[in-house]
Amino acid sequence: MVNREVSGAHYGLRDWLAQRVTAVVMVIYSVLFVVMLLGLPQFDYASWKTMWAAPWMRYASLLFFLSLFVHAWVGMRNIFMDYIKSTGLRLTLYALVILALLAYGAWAVQILWGR
Amino acid sequence: MRFQIYRYNPDVDAKPHMQFYDVPMEPTDRMLLDALVRIKIEDDTFSFRRSCREGVCGSDAMNINGKNGLACITKLADLQEPVMIRPLPGLPVIRDLIVDMSQFFKQYHSIKPYVVNDTPPPETERLQSPEDREELNGLYECILCACCSTSCPSFWWNPDKFVGPAGLLQAYRFIADTRDQATNERLDNLEDPYRLFRCHSIMNCVDVCPKNLNPTKAIGKIKDLLVKRTV
Repeated sequence: MVNREVSGAHYGLRDWLAQRVTAVVMVIYSVLFVVMLLGLPQFDYASWKTMWAAPWMRYASLLFFLSLFVHAWVGMRNIFMDYIKSTGLRLTLYALVILALLAYGAWAVQILWGR
Repeated sequence: MRFQIYRYNPDVDAKPHMQFYDVPMEPTDRMLLDALVRIKIEDDTFSFRRSCREGVCGSDAMNINGKNGLACITKLADLQEPVMIRPLPGLPVIRDLIVDMSQFFKQYHSIKPYVVNDTPPPETERLQSPEDREELNGLYECILCACCSTSCPSFWWNPDKFVGPAGLLQAYRFIADTRDQATNERLDNLEDPYRLFRCHSIMNCVDVCPKNLNPTKAIGKIKDLLVKRTV
């Protein structure tokens, strides 16, 4: 194969934007979480459980985790792009990270809605 | 004054080494370049590039006490001894402080650093309004000394794929030029996870630029334009 210099893959903007948007979501959730925690009547298991009983808290947390995973995907890909020079290995690592993050997503749902 | 200078001659040396020099200074010696010229008089095997000796040509960019800069406009009085002089980081060393800038210029050429305009040229110049011309300030002054790109970790890891701060500043200089008609093609060429989005705004480029330019800001404006045409 001829070793051409190729350029302009026509993507990257969406990932960059997604990383910024998800960062904002995570900041808002982090503040909310601390406020909720400080608002607990008592620091015991019962009030902790009441806090998580509200559906909106679960959905907010799910949104946080999904944002975290999207953010982590872009960040991990950036690290691989910088340091992993072999295309095959890089592609393998991309796939592993995506699969792991999908599994974490399912796991988060299980934790939030499980009993 | 005491200096510790990176020496490497690939024809003779197996590997690079640091060499100490004690140089008596004259009161007229103001800038680091004056000292380097004195060292060169004593030891003519020592090699470095310099030309205009007043911060315009960009030849004598080097790593001075850990920070990239131009020797000719770096005041000796501001330097801590021993002054550590190394070549620009991340580029192949040809000899001593002389580095191979091919990769740097290749990235520069990849952004088409010239006005693209296919309309028939007018009788006189293509004119700009003073407001449009204003946008080029802080962009056109770049002297391509490579201080910024060689201080950028993203450029160290991917010099073949990431355009680098100098190239991106120049890219925006032509995107911002109202006489240029190739804005979309330029943005297409840059919309790439490597070429543009290796920049994570750590601003090493802004920190070292001897002309006080702001590549990070220019890169931000390119990203803004990409967002504007997509969202």
